[in-house]
Parts: sequence; C-alpha cells; structure tokens
Amino acid sequence: MMATPRRIQSPKTARPSIGLMIFAIAYLVFLYLPVLFLPVFSLNDSAFIKFPLEGFTTRWYDEALSDQNMIAALMNSLKVGAISAVSATFLGLLAAKAVTRYRMRGAGTAMGVIMLPLFIPEIVLGISMVLLFDAVDLPLSLVTVTIGHIMLTVPFAMAVLIARMDGFDKSLEEASLDLGESAWMTFWRVTFPLVLPGIVSSLLLTFIVSFDEFLIAFFLGGTDMTLPVYIWSQLRFPAKLPSVLAMGALILVASCVLVVLAEWLRRRGVSDEAKKGAIGI
Amino acid sequence: MSKSSPATQDGYLRIEHVTKRFMGVTAVENANISIARGEFFSLLGPSGCGKTTLLRMIAGFEFPTEGAIYMDGQDMSAVPANKRPSNMVFQSYAIFPHLNVHDNIAYGLRRLRLSRREVNRRVEEALAMIHLPGLGKRRADQLSGGQRQRIALARALVNRPKVLLLDEPLGALDKKLRESMQLELRELQRSVGITFVFVTHDQEEALSMSDRIAVMFKGKVLQVASPRALYEAPNCREVADFIGSINFFEATVRGQEGGDVILEAAGLGTVRANLPAEHGFISPGARVIAAIRPEKILLLADGNGQPGQSAVGVIGAHAYLGDRDHLQVALSGRKEPVAVAAQQIERALTARFDSGQKVTLGWDKAAMLVLPG
Ligand SMILES: Nc1ncnc2c1ncn2[C@@H]1O[C@H](COP(=O)(O)OP(=O)(O)OP(=O)(O)O)[C@@H](O)[C@H]1O
Ligand SMILES: [Mg+2]
Repeated sequence: MMATPRRIQSPKTARPSIGLMIFAIAYLVFLYLPVLFLPVFSLNDSAFIKFPLEGFTTRWYDEALSDQNMIAALMNSLKVGAISAVSATFLGLLAAKAVTRYRMRGAGTAMGVIMLPLFIPEIVLGISMVLLFDAVDLPLSLVTVTIGHIMLTVPFAMAVLIARMDGFDKSLEEASLDLGESAWMTFWRVTFPLVLPGIVSSLLLTFIVSFDEFLIAFFLGGTDMTLPVYIWSQLRFPAKLPSVLAMGALILVASCVLVVLAEWLRRRGVSDEAKKGAIGI
Repeated sequence: MSKSSPATQDGYLRIEHVTKRFMGVTAVENANISIARGEFFSLLGPSGCGKTTLLRMIAGFEFPTEGAIYMDGQDMSAVPANKRPSNMVFQSYAIFPHLNVHDNIAYGLRRLRLSRREVNRRVEEALAMIHLPGLGKRRADQLSGGQRQRIALARALVNRPKVLLLDEPLGALDKKLRESMQLELRELQRSVGITFVFVTHDQEEALSMSDRIAVMFKGKVLQVASPRALYEAPNCREVADFIGSINFFEATVRGQEGGDVILEAAGLGTVRANLPAEHGFISPGARVIAAIRPEKILLLADGNGQPGQSAVGVIGAHAYLGDRDHLQVALSGRKEPVAVAAQQIERALTARFDSGQKVTLGWDKAAMLVLPG
C-alpha cells in the first residue's frame, strides 16, 4: 500500500468540528427565533399569541395602519430619526474632518468625550438629561428627544466617517489645492464625492439607532411618544398586541432593508485597500 | 577639469535660510538654494533627509518655521498653496479616483472659465504631449502605473505653472519604464521650458537628468552643484560617499607646495593633491580626509609609480564584470582594502594580476580629493 502524504490544511479550508457547528446553529436559532415569531403571529388569525396557528389574515395590518395614535407615534419617530440622522452626520463629518486632517492638541481627549455616550448606560444618560433640561426650563417634548438622540448617534456617525476619511489618500485634497481650488471647492469637488458613501451609510445607521431607541425617548419625551414608547404603552392591552406585532414586523423588514443598503453602500464606495476595515464601532 | 558650480543666474526660485521644525524634529535646517528659470533642479539625499518637506514648503503645504521662499521675486510666506504659480506631481500621483482621465487633467482649468471647446483642446494637447492620445474617457482605476504617472504630469502642466515640483515621480515604476521616463521627462522639460524641482533618492537618476543638484543630508543642504562638479569635486565626506563609490583615507596636512597640498595619509604615506577650491580648513597639522574614486586608480608596472601619487599593495579579491574589473587591494597601515575599478584598456595588464600578488597603484594628483575631516 502506498502511503499518501498528509495534507496540511490551511486554517481557512479546515472544517469546523461538529460540536462547534451545533453550537453555532443553536446560537443562531436562539438569536433569531423570537424575531421570527413577529411576522408569523402578525399574520395569524387569532387575538392570542399561542400555538397552534389559526389561519392566515392581514387584518392586524389593517388595524395597525388605521390606529391614529400608532401612526402619529410612527410619524414622530420618523421625524426625530430624520433630524437626528442629518444633524449627527453633519456633526460627525466636521469632527471626522478635524480628527483626520488636522494635527490638534487635545484631539485624543476630544474624541474620547465625543465617543463617551456609547459607553454610558442609556438610563444614566436619560436621567441626567432630564435633570439638565429641567434645570434650563426646557419642557420635555420631541425636541428634547431629538437632542438626546443626536448626542447618542454622533459617535456612530463619527466612527463611520472617520473610517471613510482615513480610507483615501490625503494627497488627493492637497492635489486639488495645488491645482488652484480653494479649501471650500476642494471639499465639494474631492472630499464630498469621496466620502459620500460614508455619509449615506452614516445617515442610515444613525436613523436606525434613533428609530429603535426607547429609554431616552421614554425619559425625554414628556407627553410626546415615539413608536417604541407607544408600543410599550400598548403592551398592557392584550387586544392590541397583534396589531403591535404587525407594526413590529413592518419595521423589522424596513430596518433590514436599510441596514443591508447601508452596508452595501459602504462597501461599494470603499477602495480595495480600505475594504478590510469594518464599520469600526 | 573640476570647476565649481556655475553662477546661480537670476534666482527665479529662491529658498533663503529656510528651517522647518516639527515638534522637536528639525526636518530642514537653514537651507539656501537659488534656482534659475528653466532649470532642471534636483533635491537628492537619503530617506528622511527632508527632501519632501522642502518641496512641500515650496508648494505651500507646509510653511517654514524660519526663513522665506521667493518665486519670481515675490515672497511666498503669506501665499497659500492654491495661489502659488507652482504645480506638483505627487509621489502617489493623487489621481482623483472619482473622475475620468479628461476630468482629472481639466481639474485645474475650471477656475479659468474657458469654453468647453478650449478645455477639450487643451486636454487633448496635454494627452498628446504625454503620448496617451484618446485616453480621456478612461476611468481612473483602469490605468497602469506608468499611465497614472503621465496623467499626473499632464494634469500639472496643463495649468502652465512657472515651477513644476515632482516628488520621486518615477519611484513606483519598474526599472525599464523608469529609464525611458527619465529621458522623456528631460525632453519634456526642455521643450516646455518650465523650471523643474525634482526630488529623488536615486543618485544616478539625479546625475543623468539634472542641470544642478542639491545634496541633502539630515535636513542640511550640503552642496549645490552640477552633476559633474558633485562627482568630481564633492565638498565633504557625505556628498562624496553618497554619489558614486569612493575610497577614504584618514590624513594629516603636512604643508603646501606651489598650488599643491602635501598630506600624510594612512596606508598611502606622503601624498600630493591639488588644493581644493574652498580650502579654509587646510592648515599644517589639520586632520583631513583624502579620497579617490576606484576608477581613478591605475594599475602600474612595478617601479613606475611617482612619489606622492602611488602606493604599493597586495591584491585581495578580484571580480570580473565584463566592461571592467573590480579589485580589492590591501595596503599596509590600513585595515580596509582599497577598491580599484580597472577599465577594459588595462585588461591585458589585469590578467596578470591575481590574488596575492604585489601591485603598484598610481593616480593623477587632481584625482586625489581633500575633504574636511
Ligand atoms: N508632518 C510631520 N510631522 C512630524 N515629522 C515630520 C513630518 N513630516 C516629516 N517629518 C520628519 O521630517 C524628516 C524629513 O522627512 P521628509 O519626508 O522630508 O524626508 P524625505 O527626504 O522626503 O524622505 P523619503 O526619501 O523617505 O521620502 C523625517 O525625520 C520625518 O520623520
Ligand atoms: Mg519623501
């Protein structure tokens, strides 16, 4: 019999062990099965959330979309999300430009302070902002929620935009200046087109973070409700549950589409050498 | 033969007492250079010596900590990069990735508010000049390294700058392409008549292309001279070492005789050499360095050596290189062997000189350089 030489497998082609596979599958099921209940029960023809399923219906969707309060809350969330996303992305862009293009004293400290909201528990953030707005006599409303959300989302915007700004050769901007353009025209003709994919993905990401956010919206909203706060308030009424599920399912689908779009855009615009870095949060 | 550098004509681009410090690092120290209109001028030196920093100060991306830069008689200290009559070819080429070739080249023309037809005409002209006609529609990511290099050149020249700055523009090209681009670039410079300031760390490139060269070392400009003068009459050990290869000998000045200087050099004994052009450092007893290039040493038949211009040694390694032979000759009183490059003419002679054999080395007294110790 001939001895076959042993193949040395590279780590990439090596198969994972069976145990690891089972663990991975169990993990994914645990993570996503509850999420799958949402669309399943939103289409179930029963007011009660339990198996067995009763039959197919779209009436919960009709009910959700005709609930004026729910629609008002959705509109609030869209408004807050849009304003937060645009503001956070604009501030993030300025900060990213400063951090990546200028040598400044205290840049590291400033970065740390701006990134801090990512690491402070939201409940602490929420309560301290309630105190702050109370101290300056600003009534709690969608305005205060928006301010809170901007604080919360600027770090996300910065992370995306800094990665993008670092991803292209700084001498491109110098070349534009050298060819006679002002700093402002250089921004419009070179920097902006090159960071545009980053701007779009930052807008999407910060919008989703704001749209999903509950605690700050709850603390700072006063009598104004965003969609998560409204949904939470409706959980006390079992009859409302299926229509909440329907709305939840719609949002789930919309969020998935947005996230995929954001990631696709981010990758599309990034040159090959910079592709390796993920969003960087 | 070894004349000093030509007079620095009108000084179209003047760098006066320029120092640049970055948080503790002195990148450029008291640089003084005067460049004539239409000159092909090179900044040459090893990595980290401050070439790019000096070029960036001329372009306006960095500002001198001390000193000033003048272009065409005008002080540039308060003039930002976008207002300077210079254009730059970047080391990375910095081709705008979101624009095609035409739009890259036309980038600097927007401000001139030319008609579309005039812009097209100038871009086509520029493309023809760099031998890439009809490439305008090509996307930036579909270009080879050589094409990117040419387009960066066209993008700068289309603005008709007074001074073109080039930061190692050929560094990223393979050897063959680099050599043909050297010739092309030199031709181009002659035909457009624009002043070029060319940064390189490749001494052969600098020697073959430049009218004059500034040799930089650790932030200092050591010598500014024509290629011939740099090679034949370097003014210090660093320049002599950086340009070509050379043998150094520790030496002590014994005195002067006529126009000559008499040295006592380790391994060579008493040596006679021409007095260098700037000879303030020569006084009896001063420690100096005697230096001679390998190809200036001749192999002589025994006993033909002249006193003060010859030495006797023993052949060590011997390498045959086709057009020349390299020999290592050991001298008594000196650790390092002396490098000798013998040209074809002496082949008949070298054939007889094998390792271990005694040999007499001779040289013209003008070939023996005397440098500050
Ligand atoms: N922006 C900067 N901040 C701090 N130090 C710098 C900066 N730019 C250059 N230096 C330092 O100045 C010195 C000269 O750098 P420079 O880039 O001019 O060298 P160079 O001659 O162009 O080298 P190379 O051939 O490697 O390109 C180096 O020690 C470098 O570290
Ligand atoms: Mg450099």
